[in-house]
Amino acid sequence: MTATTTRTSRDARTSREPLLQVRDLSVTFRRSGEEPFHAVSGVSFDVQPGQTVGLVGESGCGKSVTSLAIMGLLPKRGNTVTGEAVFEGTDLLKLSPKQMRDRRGRDVAMIFQDPLSSLNPVVPIGRQVTEVMERHQGLSRKEAEPKARELLDKVGIPDPSRRLKEYPHQLSGGMRQRALIAMALACAPRLLIADEPTTALDVTIQAQILTLLKDLVQDSDTALIMITHDLGVVAGLCDEVNVLYGGRIVERADRHDLFARPRHPYTHGLLASIPRLDSARGERLNPVPGSVADNLPWDHACAFAPRCSNAVEACRTTQPELERIEGGVETPRLLRCHNPISEEA
Amino acid sequence: MVGVMLLLSLLLFVWLRSLPGGPASAICGDRCNPAKLAQIKKTLGLDDPVIVQYLNFLKRAVTGDFGVSTGVQPGRSSMEIFVERLPATIELGVLAMIIAVAAGIPLGYLAARRRGGILDGLTLTSSLLGVAIPVFFTAFVLKYFFAVDWHLFPISGRQGDIEATRVTNFFVLDGLLTREWDAAWDALRHLILPAVTLATIPFSFVFRITRAAVLDVLDEDYVRTAEAKGLSSKVITRRHVLRNAMLPVVTIIGLQMGALLGGAILTETVFGFPGLGDALARAFTGRDYSMLQLLILMAAATYVVVNLLVDITYAYIDPRVRTR
Ligand SMILES: Nc1ncnc2c1ncn2[C@@H]1O[C@H](COP(=O)(O)OP(=O)(O)O)[C@@H](O)[C@H]1O
Ligand code: SF4
Ligand SMILES: [Mg+2]
Repeated sequence: MTATTTRTSRDARTSREPLLQVRDLSVTFRRSGEEPFHAVSGVSFDVQPGQTVGLVGESGCGKSVTSLAIMGLLPKRGNTVTGEAVFEGTDLLKLSPKQMRDRRGRDVAMIFQDPLSSLNPVVPIGRQVTEVMERHQGLSRKEAEPKARELLDKVGIPDPSRRLKEYPHQLSGGMRQRALIAMALACAPRLLIADEPTTALDVTIQAQILTLLKDLVQDSDTALIMITHDLGVVAGLCDEVNVLYGGRIVERADRHDLFARPRHPYTHGLLASIPRLDSARGERLNPVPGSVADNLPWDHACAFAPRCSNAVEACRTTQPELERIEGGVETPRLLRCHNPISEEA
Repeated sequence: MVGVMLLLSLLLFVWLRSLPGGPASAICGDRCNPAKLAQIKKTLGLDDPVIVQYLNFLKRAVTGDFGVSTGVQPGRSSMEIFVERLPATIELGVLAMIIAVAAGIPLGYLAARRRGGILDGLTLTSSLLGVAIPVFFTAFVLKYFFAVDWHLFPISGRQGDIEATRVTNFFVLDGLLTREWDAAWDALRHLILPAVTLATIPFSFVFRITRAAVLDVLDEDYVRTAEAKGLSSKVITRRHVLRNAMLPVVTIIGLQMGALLGGAILTETVFGFPGLGDALARAFTGRDYSMLQLLILMAAATYVVVNLLVDITYAYIDPRVRTR
């Protein structure tokens, strides 16, 4: 494991100084009377300033835990976090809770999956926007209000003056997510983490929110970690994509390379599951058979082996390492597989 | 609302009339004879059919005349006694509720924040004891130690031997209004033991509901959002956690106002505190129909008003209720 990550980090190092360097991040949950559970193991990736990086994988593969660990938002008890998350030279994981509190919302911001439950139902939208600026920019509520209006306008909320006074239940799902984006971007953070920001929304609204996010991060040169289970979301947004399986990165590639030539059988399955325009409406596509419940422990196997159509003998006895492979135009390609899908397939 | 009160008054009337004994025999006393009893019954109008009695009662009741007390303070108008004693019970109830809320909400919050800690265990146990131990037991214990044994507080009554001017009949308030500080302080000292006793009931509810509500709210996504914004713990606690956790607490405070009157009967009796609870206890033992009718109807009216207040407070805190 250690060997893998050192190699990874050397490979990923580029000429520019990365904004965020995640190194060998592992999160283990411990509950009394239960086996420790490794939700995330040895995850390493870089985010360059202004870059959009995708973290993709099925539900339960450790995407949210990864992002919450970086943000210092995991529950206070019952888990161990190891590794590094170096943001502009500071390891966020080593900061005291108070120091981290000063950075959250200012340097690194986050938006979540369900916009309704993510907003406080009894506080007006405006207050929930201004409170971030009051906290980090030393503004008074009065000074922050015009800025909040501008922000709502910027994220495409019509009639912002009225909306500021309204409560979350008075807004539509899409408007709520826009409001949350406004809150996240209020202090012009250099990194935004979006954890499945469109999963809870209608399909048409999803596209609007994705376009909005894309435009906003481009205009403000904000780096974005886009977390999703849907490779379709990644397609139009991410520069670089990390595919997670069972808490580990199994493939990393430039978006174009990944879509054109997926090498990992799991990535291949995910790609095949993107709904196409010509597929019947409501048709459930599930080309990756089985579920994460079938996973083997990574220690002596590939966790994906029980579900993999390419599995060979070694897959059940030896853990595949994350290794540099040929190809990759801008981003070096990384792959964790004993028997990858051939390039021509 | 008026309908409910009418129906209640009718049921109450019929029920009271069906009890054995009655005011006539109570007034008649030990050396009673049938002729005297009949005479008393006649003057009280107890010979008329129940429905006639009820209509007469209603007619007078709407003008605020609930008849003459026969048991609590025989001969005085029930309404007069009520008005005189009401401030005492309000003072007691309000102080008890203030103690319960002032202790229950912060302790409930802290217990939730340090779930499983020593504080959590201690307060949870004591709040359970608060429900499990009968009020009169608490009352006797507090009275015995703090008043009888250690002389820290007066044993009974609302006010000691002290010059005091009456303005509103709220003794503490009177003392403050007239700047008779010693009188206000003395009245407050009389209030403390009964109020603490009475507070044990609402305290345990306020504490446990706060604790449960805070635990629920801490798991909410919007608290995580607030943390993700890096807000200070003070703002997160007040604006995001407590404001939402207060919704069920407001409801329980309202419900407990009703329970307070029940507790006041025992508390006021033990501490010889001349309020409505004491009056109710005496009215029961003395079969004082007019007093009982008045007190129970007022209790019902209080309940209705408190419910209204709860709804208003709820709408104030929760915009979802307001715009529905
Ligand atoms: N607080 C927690 N305690 C125990 N296990 C957790 C906790 N949070 C997440 N997990 C587990 O960690 C794994 C990864 O979860 P998560 O990162 O939320 O997945 P996803 O990729 O869908 O966001 C899951 O198996 C989940 O059950
Ligand atoms: S290592 Fe083996 S089981 Fe795992 S993805 Fe590759 S081929 Fe499939
Ligand atoms: Mg998730």
